[in-house]
Amino acid sequence: MKLTLKIWRQKNSKEKGTLTQYHLDNVNPDDSFLEMLDTLNYDLILKGESPIAFDHDCREGICGMCSLFINGQPHGPDRGIATCQLHMRRFNDGDTIYVEPFRAKAFPIIKDLVVDRSAFDRIQQAGGFVSVHTSGNTQDANTIPIKKSIAEAAFDSATCIGCGACVAACKNASAMLFTSAKISQLSLLPQGKIEAHSRVRNMVKQMDLEGFGNCTNTGACEIECPKEIKLKNIARMNNEYFEANI
Amino acid sequence: MDTKIPPGPLSEKWTNHKNNLNLISPANKRKLDVIVVGTGLAGGSAASTLAELGYNVKSFCFQDSPRRAHSVAAQGGINAAKNYQGDGDSVYRLFYDTIKGGDYRSREANVYRLAEVSSNIIDQCVAQGVPFAREYGGLLDNRSFGGVQVSRTFYAKGQTGQQLLLGVYSAMNRQIARGQIQMFNRHEMMDVVLVNGKARGIISRNLVNGKIERHAAHAVIIASGGYGNLFYLSTYAMGSNASAAWKAHRRGAFLANPCFNQIHPTAIPVGGPNQSKLTLMSESLRNDGRIWVPKTIEDAKAIREGRKKPEDLREEDRDYYLERQYPAFGNLVPRDVASRAAKERCDAGFGVNITGQAVFLDFASAVQRFGSEQAHIKRLENTDDEIIKDLGKEMMKQKYGNLFQMYQKIVDQNPYETPMKIYPTTHYTMGGLWVDYNLMTTVPGLFAIGEANFSDHGANRLGASALMQGLADGYFILPYTIGDYLSAEIGAGKVTTASIEFEKAEMKVKDTIDTLITNKGVHPVDYFHKKLGTIMWKYCGINRYKKGLETAMEEIALLRKEFWENVIVPGTADEFNEELAKAGRLADFLELGELYAKDALSREESCGAHYREEHRTSEGEAMRDDENFGHVASWEYMGAPGEWKLHKEKLVYENIIVQQRSYK
Repeated sequence: MKLTLKIWRQKNSKEKGTLTQYHLDNVNPDDSFLEMLDTLNYDLILKGESPIAFDHDCREGICGMCSLFINGQPHGPDRGIATCQLHMRRFNDGDTIYVEPFRAKAFPIIKDLVVDRSAFDRIQQAGGFVSVHTSGNTQDANTIPIKKSIAEAAFDSATCIGCGACVAACKNASAMLFTSAKISQLSLLPQGKIEAHSRVRNMVKQMDLEGFGNCTNTGACEIECPKEIKLKNIARMNNEYFEANI
Repeated sequence: MDTKIPPGPLSEKWTNHKNNLNLISPANKRKLDVIVVGTGLAGGSAASTLAELGYNVKSFCFQDSPRRAHSVAAQGGINAAKNYQGDGDSVYRLFYDTIKGGDYRSREANVYRLAEVSSNIIDQCVAQGVPFAREYGGLLDNRSFGGVQVSRTFYAKGQTGQQLLLGVYSAMNRQIARGQIQMFNRHEMMDVVLVNGKARGIISRNLVNGKIERHAAHAVIIASGGYGNLFYLSTYAMGSNASAAWKAHRRGAFLANPCFNQIHPTAIPVGGPNQSKLTLMSESLRNDGRIWVPKTIEDAKAIREGRKKPEDLREEDRDYYLERQYPAFGNLVPRDVASRAAKERCDAGFGVNITGQAVFLDFASAVQRFGSEQAHIKRLENTDDEIIKDLGKEMMKQKYGNLFQMYQKIVDQNPYETPMKIYPTTHYTMGGLWVDYNLMTTVPGLFAIGEANFSDHGANRLGASALMQGLADGYFILPYTIGDYLSAEIGAGKVTTASIEFEKAEMKVKDTIDTLITNKGVHPVDYFHKKLGTIMWKYCGINRYKKGLETAMEEIALLRKEFWENVIVPGTADEFNEELAKAGRLADFLELGELYAKDALSREESCGAHYREEHRTSEGEAMRDDENFGHVASWEYMGAPGEWKLHKEKLVYENIIVQQRSYK
C-alpha cells in the first residue's frame, strides 16, 4: 500500500506544533497502525531525523496508553478498539491519513502525539475507591451476594481503560463518560454504596477543576470509546450527583 | 544460601513466623521511607499497603499512570483455595498442584504460604469492589484453569488482570490522595544505590524531561515484572523490561533460575516481518477449544496453501494430538507440555499457516455442546442444526466474546466460523531475583516481589497463579516481613541523597546515557533487539541443547559488542526520548540473555519449561535429575557480563513425595 501521512509534530509543550507530511510506499496491510509507525520511525532514525513520539505499551487494547486521533476520530475508524488494535487493512491504497494527538485543555501535549493524561489519575484520587484497608481480614467474599445482572453492569462500567478517547471525541472535551464509569462501577456494588455521595461530589469537583468541559449529550464519547462504555453511566452519575446534593 | 525458612510444621510456619517478626510502632513507621519500583499487582499492592500502615512510600512506574502496568493484560483469572465449588479443593491441594506444576523446582515453604493467603486475596478484592463473575444466586463463579482438576479460578470475563489492577490502583489512589504515596509516573529506575552494603535508594530518570534524580529510602522494593522481552516478540508490553532487576543484580542481588521461562501455548501466531508483539488468547479457551492439526502432511500442506479449509477436514482426518497423547488431561495439560507438543507437530511438518508455525484451536464441538444444552433448556426438541449452532455461538459469545473479537481484529478471521490459529510464545518468566522467605534479596534492604522474584512457580507456572502471587506478595506477605527488617533501621534517621554513593551512582548513569546518545552508530535499537530475539527463540526457547546454548552465549556476547559500537540513539538526553529508554533497556537484556543461556547450559536436566533435548524420557517427556539439579541455581554477578558465580539452594521437600510429572 502507498500512503500519505500528515502527522502532528511538536517538539515539546512550549513550542508550536505543525502537521508534517510523510510518504510511505510499501505498507503491509496486515501490520497494525502502530507497527506502521514503528517502521516509519526506523526509517526516520536511519535518515538522521527525529522519530515520532507516540504513547503505546500493551499493544493488545487493554492498558489504555495508546491515544492517536486518526482522521478526526480517536483510535481511528474502527469501533470498539484502541489504536494498537487497528490494522492497515482498514485503509485503502493511496489514502491520506491525518494523525494528531488527543486534544483537550486538560491533556497538555508533551511531545508530538504524546499527551499528559494525569488529570484522569487525579479524578480517581479524589474518590475512585472503596476505603477499605488491605489487611486481608475482611469478611468472606461470598458473605454479600450480588445479583448477577448488577455485577455485570458494574463490570461493564469497570472495563474503561482510561485512554481519554471520550475526552478527545467530545467537542467540549468533557470527561463525564470516564468519570461516570468509575462512579457507576462503585455505586452499583454494595461495597461502594457506603461512600457513594462523597465520591460523586469529590470526583465531579476534581473533574471540573482539571478544566474538562460539560456534557451536552452529543454521544460522541460512547461511539468512540474502545470499550463501548454507555452514556447511561453519565445519567447514573448525574442522578447520584443530585441525590448527593439534596 | 540462607533461606530463612522458619522451623516447624509446614502449615504453621507462616503463622509462627508472623508472630515472631518485630513490629514497628505507628510513630516510628512515620520515620521510615520505602521505595517501590513498578505498579503492577505486586508493586501497587505493596505500595498501597505499606502506605496504609504508615510508611512514607515513593512509587515509580515508567508508564503515564500506575493503572497501565502489564498485569492489566492478564485475561484468565486468579486462583484461590476457597473450595466454593465443593470439588475437593484445599490449601494443601493448591500448594500441591503448584509444586507439581512447577516440576518440583520451587520452594515448599513459600508455595504453601502462597496457597494459604490465596483466600484472603479474593475477600480483599471483593471488598474493594472488583467485579468478579457471579452465578445467578449472586455468589462468586469459578472455572477450571490450566493443568488442575478442580475449579478454583475466579475471573472477570477475559480481563481479570485489568479488574484486579484497577482494584490495586484504587487502593493506591486512596494513599496518593492522603499524601502517603508519592507517585512518580513516567519515571524509570536507572540504578539502586547501596550505602554500607544496604539498599538506600535509587537513581531515576524522568522520561518527560530526561532529568536524573536521586531518591533515598530505608528499603527498596523491586516489583518490575519479568524479562520475557528478551525474546523481542512476546506477550509482554512493549515497555516491559528487566532493567530494574538487572541493575539490582549488578549491585549484588543474585539472580535465580533465569532460564525458567514460560512459553505460553495459545498466542496468535506471528503474522509478518514488522510484528512488534504477540497477543495472547487466554488459556481459558482450552476449556472449550480442542487443539488439532491435520493427520496427514498432504492435508497440512493443502491448508497452508489455501487449497483446503480446516472445516473441510473430516473428524477422522484430524489429529487432536493433546487428547491422543494425554488422555487424562487432554487439551488442559499444563502450558509447558502444550507448547512442546505444538512445536513438535509443527516441526514435523503439520503446521497450518503460511509460516508452518501454527495449530488449530477449534470451538466447533463446544458450539454444538452449548447449543444442544440451550435447545434443551428452551424446550426446542428436534430443532435444526443451524438453530443449535446459533444458540451455541451465543453462549460462546457470552463466555469469550472479547477474546473472539480481539482475535478477529488482529487476524481478520471469524473464530465462530473457522478454528483459531495459535502458536506458543514467551509469556512469563519464573526465574528472577533470588529472595529468602522474607522476600529479601541477597542485598540487605532490597526486596523483590511478583514476577520479578523467583520463588513460587518453579520451572513452570500454572495458569491463574501469577495474579495470585503478585497480590499475595504485595498485600499480605511483604508488609509483614519488611517490618522485621525496618525495625532495625529506626535509629538510622533520615537517609540522605547527599552521599558519595549517590554521587557515584548518578555519575555512572549519566555516563552510560552520554555514551549511548553520542554514539555514531548505524543501526537503530530495534535492529539489535530483533537479532537478540532471534537468537533467544532459536536456542533458548521451547527446546534447548548444549551446542545451541553455547552458540547463543557466543552470539549474544558478540551482539552486545556490536550494539555498543553501532547503535544509533537519536535526539538528546534532556527530552522525551523513547529510543534512549529502549537503548538502556536493551543494553541490560544483552547481558541478561547471556546469563539465561549459561543457566540453561549448566542445568543438565529437563524440568518444566526447561527442556533439554539431551534429557528426555523414552516417551519424549522432560526428564528431571533431582539428585544433581534439585536446587535453585542462583547467580552472583562478578563485575562484568560473562562472569558469574553459581550458588545452589538445595530444594528440600518434607511434605510431598517428589514424583515424575505425568498428565497421561
